[in-house]
Amino acid sequence: MRAFVPILIVVAAFAAVPLFVHSNVVLNFLVVTLLIGLAGQGWNILGGYGGQYSFGQAAFFGTGAYATAILQVHYGVNAWIGFAAGIAAGAAVGAIIGALAFRAGLRSSYFALVTLAFAEVLRIVASVTPITGAGVGLLVRLDLRAQAFQFQSRAIFYLVILGFVAVSLVIAQLLERSRFGAWLIAVRENEDAAMALGVDAFAVKLAAMVVSAAITAAAGCFYVQYFLFVDSGIAYGTWISIEALLTPIIGGVGTVFGALAGALVVKFLGEGIKLVTGDVPGLDLMIYGAVLVLVIRFAPRGLVGAFADMRAHLARRAKLRAPIGEVARG
Amino acid sequence: MAEPLLSVEGVSRRFGGLLAVNAASLSAEAGRITALIGPNGAGKTTLFSLISGFLKPSAGKVRYASDDITGEPPHRLARRGIARTFQIVQPFAGLSVRENILVGAHLRHPARAAALELAERVGHDVGLGDMLDRPAHALTVAGRKRLELARALATEPQLLLLDEVLAGLNPSEIRDILPVISELSARGIAVLMIEHVMQAVMSLAGHVFVLAEGRIIAQGSPPQVVADPIVVEAYLGHGAAAKMRSAHVH
Repeated sequence: MRAFVPILIVVAAFAAVPLFVHSNVVLNFLVVTLLIGLAGQGWNILGGYGGQYSFGQAAFFGTGAYATAILQVHYGVNAWIGFAAGIAAGAAVGAIIGALAFRAGLRSSYFALVTLAFAEVLRIVASVTPITGAGVGLLVRLDLRAQAFQFQSRAIFYLVILGFVAVSLVIAQLLERSRFGAWLIAVRENEDAAMALGVDAFAVKLAAMVVSAAITAAAGCFYVQYFLFVDSGIAYGTWISIEALLTPIIGGVGTVFGALAGALVVKFLGEGIKLVTGDVPGLDLMIYGAVLVLVIRFAPRGLVGAFADMRAHLARRAKLRAPIGEVARG
Repeated sequence: MAEPLLSVEGVSRRFGGLLAVNAASLSAEAGRITALIGPNGAGKTTLFSLISGFLKPSAGKVRYASDDITGEPPHRLARRGIARTFQIVQPFAGLSVRENILVGAHLRHPARAAALELAERVGHDVGLGDMLDRPAHALTVAGRKRLELARALATEPQLLLLDEVLAGLNPSEIRDILPVISELSARGIAVLMIEHVMQAVMSLAGHVFVLAEGRIIAQGSPPQVVADPIVVEAYLGHGAAAKMRSAHVH
């Protein structure tokens, strides 16, 4: 149980923010940050722990978003049910893409390219199909009631997305201490050696992809409920694929808090630059690129990894400074 | 004689025009160390890959505990009780020694606590007891070989395929690891080992198969096999056995 204490502390700290901050601008910023963190955590399950770098998380994000929107707009389904169906639909798309790619034995950059291709195909299909609103997109009717998964107050939205992020943190923590997680990490480190030890690499990767897709799809579902609008460029656009992989890589791949830490840094920088320079299109992407280069050069294990290294370094220094007798006793 | 645990029956494997393994047959019994020797390029590692499921045979059958396991994937074979080590060691480099062994231990122990306990015990058994928390990439060659062995053992196999676990070790390291291997067969595990270190083959193996150019050319007890002129010629070239004999006479 002690392993979950850091998650509890971090989530409690985030949950306390609306008590002190009432600015809608700040809350909106935090909602978007957590949304990206959630999508990134989805990527992290498959990419960080499983070593399968997906460039097409948009396929899951968009499927979740569209499923939620279509069920409400065209079929009058309750938003909560639509939300759950969106997660399931995203997971199903993950299972299909995963089964095809892993059955074909695609690894590393080939896997990345195929996931990117699937997301792009879905984007193009969604941009011409009537049910997705084609080029116009879909507007979800404004209905500010909890039954419709819409809330008058930004703070409620913020707490809802924080809840999802908390669940995704717990999933990663459970993964780290389970047989499935040990097998998934073994596949990342060396697939042949893992198979020789009885690991069904195909099944493990596929299961990880389904979990990954479900988490990223949840972010897509939330996006629709929050912004009440979706079109093909938002849902299946490469922006979300890039942000979903950038945040955990910057924060620390294969760590519980990596995606969340990365999302905070990336979004803070992005918004900060916008405040200074105004809204220059594409500038945030340039910033992301620069941060990515710096992180890969100076902290290849991401911010969480760098933090752990720093703590170990300080602990060593403290030990060196202590009188010799104390070290022996300690 | 009891039914052997593993029997390979006329297995062949073709890579394009090259017949790497040609109708090879061999067997391995529980509680005995069986060695597979042969010159470089004889097809020993290919034969191992055929047995452990990393390659599918072009012809022939592999039986394990009287089941036909020909062409089954490696993870299913591991569940049946077949474990292998790799000639080129394949550690999970980013993980600690303990975590490496844990992956194998999880095969038969879903609960983390039980798997950790087994991993620790196996680690001590192979002499990695005080390195358990070191990263695997920090181990020496001898340490990595031990780690290969430990991971395989953690799956609690009945048949253990060792692909040159002694290669690259110095004589004192070899001396340290030999008792570990003989202890395994004493526990009732069938060990099948590819080995170039003849000192080890002579002292450990109960039975030896000799593979040359993809075919089994001789088998028997270690002294029988090394005295076999066909085996000598396979290593040293045609006519070598006769030359050696005449050299002895003079």
